[in-house]
Amino acid sequence: MSVPLTLLGLLEREPSHGYDLKRDYDTFFNRGKPLPFGQVYATLGRLARDGKIMIGDVEPGVGPDRKRYVITELGVTEVDAWLTEPVEPEPNLQTVLFSKVVLALMLGRPAEEYLDTQRAAHLRRMKELTAVKRGGNLVDVLLADHGLFHLEADLHWIDTTVVRLDALRTVVTA
Amino acid sequence: MTASGGVTAIEARDVVLSFGETPALRGASLAVDEGEIVAIMGPSGSGKSTLLHCLAGILIPSAGEVHFEGGRVDRLGEIERSVLRRDRFGFVFQFGQLVPELTAQENVALPLLLGGVRRGAAMSAALPWFERLGLAGLERRRSGELSGGQAQRVALARGLVARPSVLFADEPTGALDSITGEQVMNLLVDSAQEQRTTVVLVTHEARVAAYADRQVIVRDGKVNALVHS
Repeated sequence: MSVPLTLLGLLEREPSHGYDLKRDYDTFFNRGKPLPFGQVYATLGRLARDGKIMIGDVEPGVGPDRKRYVITELGVTEVDAWLTEPVEPEPNLQTVLFSKVVLALMLGRPAEEYLDTQRAAHLRRMKELTAVKRGGNLVDVLLADHGLFHLEADLHWIDTTVVRLDALRTVVTA
Repeated sequence: MTASGGVTAIEARDVVLSFGETPALRGASLAVDEGEIVAIMGPSGSGKSTLLHCLAGILIPSAGEVHFEGGRVDRLGEIERSVLRRDRFGFVFQFGQLVPELTAQENVALPLLLGGVRRGAAMSAALPWFERLGLAGLERRRSGELSGGQAQRVALARGLVARPSVLFADEPTGALDSITGEQVMNLLVDSAQEQRTTVVLVTHEARVAAYADRQVIVRDGKVNALVHS
């Protein structure tokens, strides 16, 4: 999750105080893991330094939350570019697991058992996410879905790899 | 192999079954607790549906035992097994398999009618399921007039209307899109938990299996427990 760009996007919606930004970020983008206030203000400071936001009206009183932040044209351009560009596909998500499988085969270790253990861990996480979905609101459902579909894709890879283990063993031990 | 140590509802012990020369189950064992929802996973041809059919008394294993409430299902005659399936078990299949000539309400009432309940009482018992499963207003439709998700919910109501001890669900969402399948699974789990019905669920989809209390995998005709509850 890109914190600066997400905060920038929230500011494009409307000028906001740091407190409001943190609340909306925690509600929609980072459920279960609140963004520290320190990180919010440090990020806003960098965005202001880089000319992507500016400090608007400062209300009377003390504390950093009295500042209202406003996005600049440069900031709007940055958000637009970020939203428009596709996210880099990550074909190497399985690097660690792939390495473990190949190494296990090379060493004559039980690769299939390792994959079974991984499958169980994935299913356990999927069960947790399904419980989140069943008890949650639509934001929870969408976040859990994202995790579930990715875990499911990993499981497809695990299942396919199990079928190919004998062939793979021949290749890596030749 | 029960995970929780609860009271076993149904159990297969070292079940063996072949189709001609092709072995489907090679000593499969699985015990399911009362009220538990167990998902049987596995690749195509692994024997997972065959195991479900053996547990449900549809197929008789050539070796091994199937126990239900202290009795041996595999020792029952064909008529006794039919009665057992009608009175104690419920079924949901991939394509609903509703009787096309009957209305949705008659389809739901069918297990009760077959069990000797009078038509009026059976139809009355079927009615609340339409409200419960979001099907109100569709009672008089025939299966050809229902969407896939609606038909599957009718099939689910039919599987549960007689308050079976065990519901056998074979790929119940296999013909549905993700969101419709999710609705069916939510209703299946909620209804089963409410009635304390044990569920044996066969699926190749991990997202569906994740609704279960426990998942096992059938591979090469044997059951492998996954190391979590």
